[in-house]
Amino acid sequence: MVPLNYYLILSAVIFAIGVIGVLIRRNLIVVLMSIELMLNAVNLTFIAFSRYLGSVEGQVVVFFVMAVAAAEAVIGLAIVISVFRHRQSLDPQEMQLLKW
Amino acid sequence: MDTPSLIFFLLAALLVISSLLVVFLRNVVHCAMALVTALLIIAILFVTLHAPMVGILQVMVYAGAIMVLFLFVIMFLNPVDLERQRGLWWGFGTILSLMLACVLIPMFINDESPADPVAATDIFGSPEMLAKSLFNDFVLPFEIASVLLLVAIIGAVVLAKREH
Repeated sequence: MVPLNYYLILSAVIFAIGVIGVLIRRNLIVVLMSIELMLNAVNLTFIAFSRYLGSVEGQVVVFFVMAVAAAEAVIGLAIVISVFRHRQSLDPQEMQLLKW
Repeated sequence: MDTPSLIFFLLAALLVISSLLVVFLRNVVHCAMALVTALLIIAILFVTLHAPMVGILQVMVYAGAIMVLFLFVIMFLNPVDLERQRGLWWGFGTILSLMLACVLIPMFINDESPADPVAATDIFGSPEMLAKSLFNDFVLPFEIASVLLLVAIIGAVVLAKREH
């Protein structure tokens, strides 16, 4: 088996890729996908720790992360649909009603 | 190099490639397909880490339910050719994330973390063991998660409902 470090580094790389997606994409749906990617990187960390420390709690936490991710995706996509109806656009830069 | 490490490096390479495709492909549907690939590879990694139950849930919840939801919204809105040129943000965001990776990764390169996993029993990661932990130590979070899902259902219906 590879050491725990490798899993952590892989998770960090996936998380950073997700951050790139959130920062540079101008499409709300892809931004939500990148957030899912980041959540999955964290899940991978939890599972790796649970395996290497021999404790099942990490796997239980992943259940809750999945539940929160599902709720987040549902609400996020509902907001995307609602925004698209009003503005005919998915560009987050156009959501600036609250901008001073 | 032994077989488990080989499998890990292969999966890691595929995972990084598909994640990069999620972020850098222009077409939204292609991004969604790359994300399905990434989620399935993560599910395989879960199985190799003695978490078969979580791996199956990953396939069912993420690659099944959530991705179907994404594809449904993509088809519903048909946002092809809507994304504008990314310009300066492209370099800025990439540099910021590279900085984040440069901060995170050196912290993980040390000799303190365990090199070999604890010897796993047969039932480690089985539904039985997970259920025991879930319904003994995590009952309150479990109930809160169910309330959260209910709130999400109601919120989605209210948000996406057509206004008159």
